[in-house]
Amino acid sequence: MGATHLPSTEFDGTDIDDQLEAEAEAQLGAPAEPMVQLLGPDGTLGSDPVFSKYAEKLDPETLRGFYADMSKIRRFDVEATALQRQGQLALWVPLTGQEAAQIGSGRASQPQDYIFPTYREHGVALTRNVDLAELLRQFRGVSNGGWNPKDTNFHLYTLVLAAQTPHAVGYAMGIQRDQRLAAANAVGEAGQSAEPKAAVMVYFGDGASSEGDVHESMVFASSYQAPVVFFCQNNHWAISVPSSVQTRVPLANRAKGYGFPGIRVDGNDVIAVHAVTEWALEQAREGNGPVLIEAFTYRVGAHTTADDPTKYRGSAEEGLWRAKDPLERLEKYLRAEGLADDAFFEQVRADGDELAAYVRKTTHDLETPDIRTAFANTYVEAHPLVAEELAWFEEYSAGFADEEPANADQTDKAAR
Amino acid sequence: MTTMTIAKAINEGLRATLTNNPRSLLMGEDIGALGGVYRVTDGLIGEFGGDRVVDTPLAESGIIGTAIGLSLRGYQPVCEIQFDGFVFPGFNQITTQLAKMHSRSNGNLTVPVVVRIPYGGGIGSIEHHSESPEALFAHTAGLRIITPSNPHDAYWMIQQAVECQDPVIVFEPKRRYWLKGEVDTENPGASADPFKAHVLREGSDATVVVYGPLVPVALAAAEAAAEDGRSVEVIDLRSISPIDFDTVTASVQKTGRLIVAHEAPTFGGIGGEIAARISERAFHSLEAPVIRVGGFHMPYPVAKVEEDYLPDIDRILEALDRALAY
Repeated sequence: MGATHLPSTEFDGTDIDDQLEAEAEAQLGAPAEPMVQLLGPDGTLGSDPVFSKYAEKLDPETLRGFYADMSKIRRFDVEATALQRQGQLALWVPLTGQEAAQIGSGRASQPQDYIFPTYREHGVALTRNVDLAELLRQFRGVSNGGWNPKDTNFHLYTLVLAAQTPHAVGYAMGIQRDQRLAAANAVGEAGQSAEPKAAVMVYFGDGASSEGDVHESMVFASSYQAPVVFFCQNNHWAISVPSSVQTRVPLANRAKGYGFPGIRVDGNDVIAVHAVTEWALEQAREGNGPVLIEAFTYRVGAHTTADDPTKYRGSAEEGLWRAKDPLERLEKYLRAEGLADDAFFEQVRADGDELAAYVRKTTHDLETPDIRTAFANTYVEAHPLVAEELAWFEEYSAGFADEEPANADQTDKAAR
Repeated sequence: MTTMTIAKAINEGLRATLTNNPRSLLMGEDIGALGGVYRVTDGLIGEFGGDRVVDTPLAESGIIGTAIGLSLRGYQPVCEIQFDGFVFPGFNQITTQLAKMHSRSNGNLTVPVVVRIPYGGGIGSIEHHSESPEALFAHTAGLRIITPSNPHDAYWMIQQAVECQDPVIVFEPKRRYWLKGEVDTENPGASADPFKAHVLREGSDATVVVYGPLVPVALAAAEAAAEDGRSVEVIDLRSISPIDFDTVTASVQKTGRLIVAHEAPTFGGIGGEIAARISERAFHSLEAPVIRVGGFHMPYPVAKVEEDYLPDIDRILEALDRALAY
């Protein structure tokens, strides 16, 4: 199978102490395992026997697009954080530092692929054309979803850690069945163009990797050779707990135990992430089964706006990772190769500000839903208890009809 | 009309579903070549193949979770959980994901997954094989819960569960799997609506509400009471969520007394919910407090003493005595 010529991520159990020491180093920014990297922190492009050919396919416009996307989503992150600080959002989950992992992988997906994010994949959402203002609905408390996954094949955020991983495998099992049915129906209809082959990609983090659902998902995916790519962003911190508590071996190595390829990639190298993900999705679409990608990256900011990283990690560590910044290294490369000039970077900044302004305005304008929609959406089909409670609520609400609507906000707050 | 057991009726209902609905499929542990530990899926893998009757890895969260994914892709999975006590590894997926997906997607997504769970005791089995956890699921909005008590209902309710666009949990009374009865496979008749309760026996002195495995017990208790000159109405609830309170209310308005019996512990159970609702709806008709008959507040006891735990004819008759004493 395709894995044999891949860079080895094999873990030799005899030198666990060395491994752990190296892992400890890795916490400070020096990855120990063989890791696919094409674009180094200094902005120079290296080579890889398997993945360079994917990088070579990238034209200048695509490379500039990667930068523009990463810059845009970082600007969006700053804006959303500000909106939270100003009381416009209940919570924000920043992604800064993980732009390359998200833009690189998201841009490797095709429209027919289906993506299951966790809750920090704003960059992937951008690549799937999700309206970023819609994405803020959940964090503003006006929706538990916010967008229709059917429009973009980008599923809702899932907050119960790893619960989306078996959904992804099940969805991939559905794709398999669709393809087998289509193949059966196509017999005797040679020349008919088939639907493009599809795969599923599911995101989770180093913290979620400890959840049982990840294990069960990988077992199912392997047993049925489901077309699914497990994309783990190892950002080194599950809120305050370091990844060394989640695993004593590189996460990519776990794939070996399930019988499919696992690859660790420099998650701050957008070119390598794109290449590895493109390869993995091809494997899945072509029926070669699942792949685990561990994107080795770092959450530069807090877990959420309710978190305080100064309580559990040092600024030196953050500094080491800032030196590996995904945007800076691509900017260096683009400038050195003459692929982008000052005007381009100016334009990208202006576009980011425009997006931020749009998001700010749209967030302010997001309508508060009526609780009647919650009654309506609890079940698909008519339900007598819901109908009874709604009827009670209508009657109860009607009792307040005479009250001054101008004071509604204050009354509401006082009642709490 | 054909005579068959409940297990066979579910088997035939699943066969009809797989035949009529090309997007339906079965998933579970040992449901293929073995036909399930209770043989409910016997023979189906041979007829429909491994893509439609899927022997899964031994992982309940994985079963429910992948079923959700399949349903998002347009399939209609029917999952078998091997025993009541083993559903809990899948409880997270059922309650936080399956139940909420339609709501949290603002109605954009539907996940019409069916989960079959053999439940209840009285089979002399070991730990975790005799439980009745239905109240834990009934408390979760977004789920529907039904439980057949006879072969005709079993044949139709499993098919109706698959047709329903909401997630449905079908609790199957495992000690009644071998109960035989007439099944009309052409016409559901009075069983056309799986969420409606059935009055199985009319009476005027008291109402006994039961479901699933206790239905034959309540009917036998009513028969015994009749010998003492007491007229007992017996209602088979059939649906635990939603509950057909209209049928129960109408009955209590007639009889004035209500006993609810289930194998599950009474505390926090379905009986308590019915008691509360009926106290509101039929307060002036009640001649006595609503009396609950059920399991004790303890883990399901060992098989050798389960007879002391499970509601039986005498326990229902004792409750009837108390209700009539007011």
